[in-house]
Amino acid sequence: MAEKRDLMAKSRLIDEMSVKNRLIEYFTQWEVLLSIIIVFVFVFFTIRTPYFLDWFNLMNATFQFSEKAIIALPMIFIIMCGDIDISIASIVALCAYAVGNAAQAGASIPSLIFLALLVGTLAGLFNGVMITALEMPAIAVTLATQSVFRGIAIGLLGDQARTDFPENFGFFGQQFIPGTIIPFEFVLYLALVLLFAFILHKTTYGRRLYAIGNSAEAARFSGIKVKTMRIINFTVTGFFCGLTSILLASRILSVRSNIATGWDLEIITLVVLGGVAITGGKGSVYGVFIGSMLVGYLKFGMGLLKFSGTLMTIVIGLLLITAVLLPRLLDMYKANRKLRLQQMGRN
Amino acid sequence: MPDLSFSSFVKKALARREAALTLLLVVILVPITIRSPQFLSAKNISTILNDMAILSIVAIGEFYVILSNGIDLSVGSIIAFTGMATGMINQANPTVSPILLMFAGMGIGMVMGLFNGVLVAYGKIPPIITTLGTVNIYRGLTFLLSGGTWVTAHEMSESYIAFPRNTFLGVSNLLWIALLVIAVFYYFSRYSRTGREVYAIGGNPTAAKFVGVNENRVRVVVFLISGTLCGLAGALWTARYASAVNEMATGFEMQAVAACVLGGVNFAGGSGGIIGVVLGTLFLGVVTNALPVIYLSVFWQTFVQGLIILIALTLNTMSDQRKTKKLLAQRRG
Repeated sequence: MAEKRDLMAKSRLIDEMSVKNRLIEYFTQWEVLLSIIIVFVFVFFTIRTPYFLDWFNLMNATFQFSEKAIIALPMIFIIMCGDIDISIASIVALCAYAVGNAAQAGASIPSLIFLALLVGTLAGLFNGVMITALEMPAIAVTLATQSVFRGIAIGLLGDQARTDFPENFGFFGQQFIPGTIIPFEFVLYLALVLLFAFILHKTTYGRRLYAIGNSAEAARFSGIKVKTMRIINFTVTGFFCGLTSILLASRILSVRSNIATGWDLEIITLVVLGGVAITGGKGSVYGVFIGSMLVGYLKFGMGLLKFSGTLMTIVIGLLLITAVLLPRLLDMYKANRKLRLQQMGRN
Repeated sequence: MPDLSFSSFVKKALARREAALTLLLVVILVPITIRSPQFLSAKNISTILNDMAILSIVAIGEFYVILSNGIDLSVGSIIAFTGMATGMINQANPTVSPILLMFAGMGIGMVMGLFNGVLVAYGKIPPIITTLGTVNIYRGLTFLLSGGTWVTAHEMSESYIAFPRNTFLGVSNLLWIALLVIAVFYYFSRYSRTGREVYAIGGNPTAAKFVGVNENRVRVVVFLISGTLCGLAGALWTARYASAVNEMATGFEMQAVAACVLGGVNFAGGSGGIIGVVLGTLFLGVVTNALPVIYLSVFWQTFVQGLIILIALTLNTMSDQRKTKKLLAQRRG
């Protein structure tokens, strides 16, 4: 027994001593890999087109992904707990419908914001309660509510559009911080990244999310209110869908029932690409932030090079699959290496 | 001592999903028929059955994936790609027989399903992520294949367009194919070794592995079935609607999953049957077809479908929970 412990200590020592091993350890971290990839993407597009590395363009490009990236943040919490929500795009559509309708009836900007947040929060709460109270799989419930939420928007709106918005409503989704070239949306997104990073990495709530993702059962036995926390996650996601619907409606100033179609997939791609394990318990806000920037600028660059939207769709799909496949291969590589090091320690 | 009274017989029969669903179908048919008697006319019934034939084929493929505790979100995209491919083959070479086109569709669909299955089984990527990725990839490939254009009715051969509508013994070819698929897979799921292995893997993968079930093989097979049936559905779709459009069958996975959930297929895998899935498809068809009868615009179709799935899910879970409670009580008693 003592001999075995000795061996393990020895192998650990070898592991710690070798600089090369530590470098390998560092560079096989998902966040670091993503950062390297994003640098490559920037270098590639800068060489290929003179319009890429231009502050104004780079800032303007954030309009394309800030909204989706905002919803990806609370989505981290949901996926961290091993759940999933594929009704987010429909919640955005429902909130946007409510906003468009109220705006046509002459509601003021503060009441429009309040309405969007309220509708989103209620929709998210509904998801959370259905999933936890009835102990149903999140994918099944949100697949149904995906139709229910968007179905309400389609049923009430039909083939109509809502385009009457109050003056200055365009600020949230179109304007820049006064005196700069930084869009308001992007600043809001950065602030939310800090907020979510703080919650996930510095608070008890965040640590508990990891615990639930690794073993909901063990978390429950250690006194964590698993069901309540899962409901909170879905509700918070609904809230931010409401917030995003304001940004989106403000940016395009037109609400149709097919608004935000396909966002579910894109947002889940951002989260998974950011290194959050789909089975839960693993991931970071930093990774999702880098992942969102990567997808955003990849799309922007491909657009500049006149790639078709179709090709982008294929690339995003491939990215998603690679993003899940690659860490698995890395894990296998790491496990093999550890085994080899232990054998070395034994000899 | 077994309870032989009539009431217990009724209770037992109703506990079976298929019987309950049939009863429900009759219950909603009564007011609809009273309101509009021609709803149950031979013509309308045949319309509903033909409308649902393609969905039932796809839903059976989806059934096997859900049975193995997975989900296939890429069915709509596979239908689009295979439908576009067969449409273009027909456009380029109108003499190719429709039957051959069906097999071409199945072959292409099989390859796409195989790709899904290999990623899930050997790449160990969860089915939802795999198919979320391939739903994009396959739809993108459809656009690449067609170059963004359509294949319209007058570019296709008469025989291909007429194929699903032609009747044999008074029943359309489309319906015959659906019935054949239902029969084959009813047999497959109940009496074949692989069919039973899917139930085993879905119910308890660990136990299944201990008795020697090859998990990876089963996971590939379910996606293979789903892909092949989607390929068949794609070839039929193009012919029936006499056009191949890039956006065709978008969101069809929703309806396929809905049919399964309505048919009592457990989302956690391991339970459900073909007859239930077929009844679920039929139920969905009747409700969709009845919307105008109760003066609801077609715009409410999405909402009604979502609501039906939600209710079916709730009922499924509640009956499961009741069963578990009963089992626990029995064990205690």
